[in-house]
Parts: sequence; C-alpha cells; structure tokens
Amino acid sequence: MKKTHFWITNLFMSLLVLVSSLSSALADISNAPKPTQLGLQDAASPQMERISWFHDTLLMWIIILIVIFVTVLLIYVCIRFRKKRNPEPSKTTHNVTLEILWTAIPVVILLIIAIPSFKMLYYLDRVEEPEMTIKVTGYQWYWGYEYQDHEGVEFLSYMIPEEEVDESKGQIRLLSTDNPVVLPIDTNIQILITSADVIHAFTIPAFGFKKDAVPGRMNETWVRIDKPGVYYGQCSQICGIKHAYMPIEVHAVTKPEFEQWLVEAKAKFALNNQQRPYETAFNSIGAQ
Amino acid sequence: MADHKPGFFTRWFMSTNHKDIGTLYIIFSIVAALFGGWFSMMMRHELADPGLQLAADGQEWNVWITAHGLIMVFFVVMPGLIGGFGNWFVPLMIGAPDMAFPRLNNISFWLIIPAFLLLVASAFIGSGAGTGWTVYPPLSAKLGHPGMSVDLAIFSLHLAGASSILGAANFITTIFNMRAPGMTLHKMPLFVWAMLITSFLLVLSLPVLGGAITMLLTDRNFGTSFFDPAGGGDPILYQHLFWFFGHPEVYIMILPAFGIVSHIIATFSKKPVFGYLGMAYAMVAIGFVGFVVWAHHMYTSGISVNTQAYFTAATLIIAVPTGIKIFSWIATMWGGSLSFPTPMLWALGFIFLFTVGGVTGVVLANAGMDTSLHDTYYVVAHFHYVLSLGAVFALFAGFYYWIGKMSGRQYPEFMGKLHFFITFIGVNLVFFPQHFLGLAGMPRHYVDYPAPIPPEHLQGMLVNPIEKIQWIAAQDYGYHLWNYVSTLGAYMSGFSVLVFLGIVFYTLFFGRKVGDNYWNATPETMTFEWTISSPPPFHQFEIQPTVK
Repeated sequence: MKKTHFWITNLFMSLLVLVSSLSSALADISNAPKPTQLGLQDAASPQMERISWFHDTLLMWIIILIVIFVTVLLIYVCIRFRKKRNPEPSKTTHNVTLEILWTAIPVVILLIIAIPSFKMLYYLDRVEEPEMTIKVTGYQWYWGYEYQDHEGVEFLSYMIPEEEVDESKGQIRLLSTDNPVVLPIDTNIQILITSADVIHAFTIPAFGFKKDAVPGRMNETWVRIDKPGVYYGQCSQICGIKHAYMPIEVHAVTKPEFEQWLVEAKAKFALNNQQRPYETAFNSIGAQ
Repeated sequence: MADHKPGFFTRWFMSTNHKDIGTLYIIFSIVAALFGGWFSMMMRHELADPGLQLAADGQEWNVWITAHGLIMVFFVVMPGLIGGFGNWFVPLMIGAPDMAFPRLNNISFWLIIPAFLLLVASAFIGSGAGTGWTVYPPLSAKLGHPGMSVDLAIFSLHLAGASSILGAANFITTIFNMRAPGMTLHKMPLFVWAMLITSFLLVLSLPVLGGAITMLLTDRNFGTSFFDPAGGGDPILYQHLFWFFGHPEVYIMILPAFGIVSHIIATFSKKPVFGYLGMAYAMVAIGFVGFVVWAHHMYTSGISVNTQAYFTAATLIIAVPTGIKIFSWIATMWGGSLSFPTPMLWALGFIFLFTVGGVTGVVLANAGMDTSLHDTYYVVAHFHYVLSLGAVFALFAGFYYWIGKMSGRQYPEFMGKLHFFITFIGVNLVFFPQHFLGLAGMPRHYVDYPAPIPPEHLQGMLVNPIEKIQWIAAQDYGYHLWNYVSTLGAYMSGFSVLVFLGIVFYTLFFGRKVGDNYWNATPETMTFEWTISSPPPFHQFEIQPTVK
C-alpha cells in the first residue's frame, strides 16, 4: 500500500517534471522581435499570413513606387526647370487631360488596394465555429485568462520583474510572464476580450490580431496558430503607469501537449484560489 | 505715411491690430514649441537605451507624451499657422485694413495664454495628466487619474477651444465680408481659401470636443456616468466624440500648410498655381471628407466589421484630393523658372515628406492592416511625417517666406539653408526608423521596451555610436537599434532648433532691410502683401486696392 502510494507519487512527479521541462524547452526567444528587423514579424497564423501578404506583396510596392515616382518628378523638375536652364516661365495653368488622369489613376490604385483589403478585413473579423474559447481580461497591469471550455483553468499573468528574469530559462526583459498562456495549434480559437478597469489592448503581432479590452464590452477576435513556439505581445493601449509592463506570452503547443498541460494547469491553478484584486462592477455589466 | 502706434503696453497687451496680434501668436508659438520640443528631447533621450534613463516611472513618461502632444497641437501648430500667419496675411491678402472683429481677435490670443498655463500646470501638479492627448476615459476618469491634473487639462482645452472658435468666427466673417472689390471667391489666394476651410472645420468640430471633455469633467466631479460602464455609460462614446473633433483637427493643422506651400511654390516658379480651382476644391473636399472618417482611429476598439469597412473606404478616398494637390504643385513647377531660396527648400521638403506620410496613411487606412499597426510606432512615424515634418516644415517655410515682410529685415540665406538641411536629415533620422519599429510590433506610449540592457561602457549618449550600434545589432531580441538611431536624429533636430533661434535673433537685429516685393513676385503670382511696404504700415490699405 505504502509502496503503491510512493509509486503513484513518483509517477505524478515525473509527469510534472516532464511537463515543466516541456514548457521550458519551449521557452526560446526566436519569435521575439529582432534589433535589425525592418518588417513585420514572421506569420504564425493564417491571419498574419494574409496581413503579411497584403503588406509585403501589395501595399509596400505600391507606396514605394508612388514615393519614387513623386521624388523623381520633383528632382527632374528642379533640375530641368531651374532658372539658369529655363529663364522664361511658361504660362500653362491648366491641362484637363492631365488633371483627369491624376484623379482617375489614384482611384484605380485605391480599388486595387481596397478589394483584397475588404476580403482580409472580413476574414479577420470572427470565426463561425470556434473549437475553443479563451476569455482575456485586462487589468492594471496584468492579464487574466479563462479557458471557458475547461472549468477551473483560469489564472493571472504578470510580467516577470526585471531583476528576476532568468536568461538561462529563456526569459527576456519585459516580454516574459510568470504564467504564459498555453494554446493549441491547428485549432480555431475564439478570443473574448474585456477589461476590469481602464482600456487595454490585447495583441500578439505574429498572430495578426489586436483588440481593445474595453470595460463594459466584450470584444471578439480569433486565431488559428500554425506553428508551435513562444510568441510575445504587449499591451497596446495606454493604460497608466505600468502600460509598458504587462506583456503577453503565448506558448503554442500541439494538441496532445495542450491536453497534458490542461491536466497540469487544473492542478496548479485550483490550488491558488484566486482573488482578483480589482474585480469591480465593470465585469458584471457583461457584453455590449 | 503717418503711423499712430500706441505706447508699448497698449500696443502689445491691448492690441486690436491684426499684425501685432499675429506677431504675438508667432512669438507664443515659438515659445510653446520650445516647451513641446523639450518634452520630445526628454522622450527620445529616455528611449535611447532600454531601462529608465530620465523618467522616474511610467506615469512621468505618460505625462510627457500627453504634454508634448497637446502642446504641439494646440499651442504650436495652431497658433503658428492660424493665429500667426492667418492673422498676419489673411487681411493683407484680401486687401482688408484689419480683421472683422479686432477686439475678438485680441481675446482669442489672450485666452490661449491661460490655456497654456493650465496645461503646463496639469503636467506639474500632483502626478500629472498621463492620458495621452486623446484623454480616453476610464484612464482619464477618476478611476485612472484621481488627482486634479486631468481637470486642469480639460479646462486648458476649453480655453484653447474657445480661443480657436472665436478666431475661426473672425476669419469667416473677415473673408466673406472684407475682400477687396473684384476679389470673388474664385480669385481668392489659396492661403485665404485654406484659412476659410480651416475656420469652418474649427467651428464645426471644436464644440464636439468641448462637449466631450465637459461630459468627462462631470463624470469626474459631479457623479454623471456618460463614459462609465458601471453607470450605463460607454467609454467608446467618448472616442467617437473625440475623434469627430480629432480627425478634422489634423486637417485644421495641415490645410493652412497647403496654402502657404502653394504660394511659395508659385512665387519661386514664377508661375501661377497649376489648376487653381482644383487646388481650392481639393481642400474643400479634404475638409468635407475629413468629417466622415473619424472612426479609422478606432478600428481595434470593437466597432463592427461593417463600420470598419465603411471607414476604410471613406479614408482611402482622401488620398485622391491629396494626390491632386501633390501633382498640382509639381505641375506648377513644371515649365517654371525655378529658384531655390530657403522657403522654397522647406516647401519642397514639405511635398516630399508629406508624400511619405501620405502613403503610410494609405497603409493605415485599411482596417485589416491596422490590426497589425494600430497603436504601434508605425502610427507615430506616420503622423509625425504629416504633422511634425509636414505642418512644421510649412511653419518654417512661411517664416522664411514672410519674415522680411513681417519684420522688414531678411534672414541670412546661408544659415537658412543650413537650418533646412540639418532639420531635414535630423527629422528623417528620427522618424523613418520608427516605421521599422512599428512593423516589428513596438507599441506606442512605452517608457521602456524589450531589449537587453547594454554594458556600462555603452550606455548613454557619450559613447562611440558605431561600436554601440554593432553591439545592439548582435543582440538576440529587442527594439533597441532603431530607437537608438531615432534618438541620434533627435539630438540633431534639437541642434537645428538652436540654429533657428540664432537665425531669428540675427534677423531681427542685424538682418538686411528689404523692400516691398523682395521675392520679385511676378504679376501672375502677385498677392496684395507684396504691394505694401516691409514691414507694412500700422494701418494698411488707406486707399482700397481692387482686383481686375
């Protein structure tokens, strides 16, 4: 009897070690922004893939060409029509064809932009049949997460203070949190966002979503994560003294790993009988 | 001509003369710019390295950004372009002896001084107003800012708003009633057109801001709950009201700039503005459409997808009249006989920088794209390209163009050009890298950003920049590199301000005296201000001019 008990405890412990080593192995910072980075973060979701395509393949080229066109024209005009070379100014002040052209061509360019833009906008809006839902609540100055399909899995997530950041565990300044959000890959995840105090904004740049956390409102967005890994985001609406210190850290894992984590999380977060310090009437107002 | 100038105190403190009031506005704008600029220098210095350099905490930082934004918008650009150049040159350009309501003009100016003092007080009393210039509740409500700072900021905006509304009413009346005989609306100089449209935008949008901040004031102090969800209110309502003012406000800042640039381009091309009517009505269109695009500042706030789609479409449309203006300026120069004194350089700089800021505006107009870029440094880069580099370049362009007319003395040409080039390189160094930061995801309003702390010998500004950049670039993560480059640009821009102050001092005391038409404006580009002496007599146009 004693032996069995020992054996079970042992198994449980080793499982915990396995799980925790799993999540520490995940803690790599390859998805964090790089100092020499010039463009968008690498896409880790179909949402962000569309945004990246729209920006890198379409918008970037259009705006670069427009700027080059205007700059070349400016330089050409300044050289060709400088006083020395062109002492007698012309009297032309109208050219109907030209004026129609520089009205019509921008309209065409805008249509080229607008059509994929609208398609993308409606795709990003919401998912029809979510496979799971996570509710995010912004607080001054941390995030609360509730896994609504898994009772008891809810926790708060604070930034790891600078002096406690342990680089050997892959933690980084201002981005790592004490309780990262764990999400499964290849799953349509509905994200509900609200706030308990002032307005915050919830985003993970690599996932291509950003929504304000507004008290008294329940905002919605969604994501489907492609690749396992650690992803970072930061509060994106000014919210007070520690606005810069409430990051979002997501560990995207495979579905079996996620199930495993849920078991661990239920055990872990059941114990710390959470009190939300700033729970106010805001929350109970409910959705818009 | 016998001037009857009153004594010093009466002349400057009880003025009813549009030129003197304009001068007061310009002096005020420069002084306020030094305050606003000082905040920017502190901000850039703070962000040169990760960790806290100057700010004690995030609240102090938030107070800086709030003060910087409000000062630059309400106390630098608006008084400079509208109160300063508008007051000086609208009556001159339409051939009027003064503004329609000279005493109203005086109170418009004297309201802005207490407004400014209240704003500065709001930054220094208690923990300051750290809400951002948009003053969104609930952060700006008692919940986020229990002290009196936000109340002071609200009163500041009330006074500044009242000042602007009175000024705008004055401009509208002046322009409609006091034009020289023969000057129909379609013969009015473009700067006057710009001021007319700007005044309408002011009169239509500022009361909405006044209402919004008054509701906020009663929420804070008298127990109402317009914006408090606990009492059935809605924070998003505030955002709608604010941006219904806030978006026209950005056109209020840029339309006078359009007007100034049009005159400068025409004068130094020796050609009238290309497509005059198109230029005027493009501004009307921008002003009109400017009122129906406000929610593009709120794409991520949770407004419905159809609303986002509408505002995307409406916002993209603004690119059309803006494009017409850019191309018309180039067409004005086409075939001209171009010279390049300092004001022309600032005007050309304006066209280029406004184009860059304009195309990033087209990027941000797309609600889907804004999902990635909203509230990041990309937005900061965008609006500084159109305002800090657009409106401010036009302020400098106007200053160099008209300082001879206003003071009777000309600026030193070489120093003016030097000032232009230092500023041009400096501000581009500040703001271009911020596009990279924004694309990489760095949020706005951050006192500190993720990045490894550099070793002791590489911290601060007195280090070898090459060595520092090499070290930063080798790090695994963080937003340090472009922030550091941006700060280097800020030091350079800060230096250019000193150059400018030197030029102002030199010009006013030692500048070469100039005649009536010192830019040799040709009959095609002539406006009335070049027909009278420099500086103009205290009361001009004793004989009313006429337009054929």
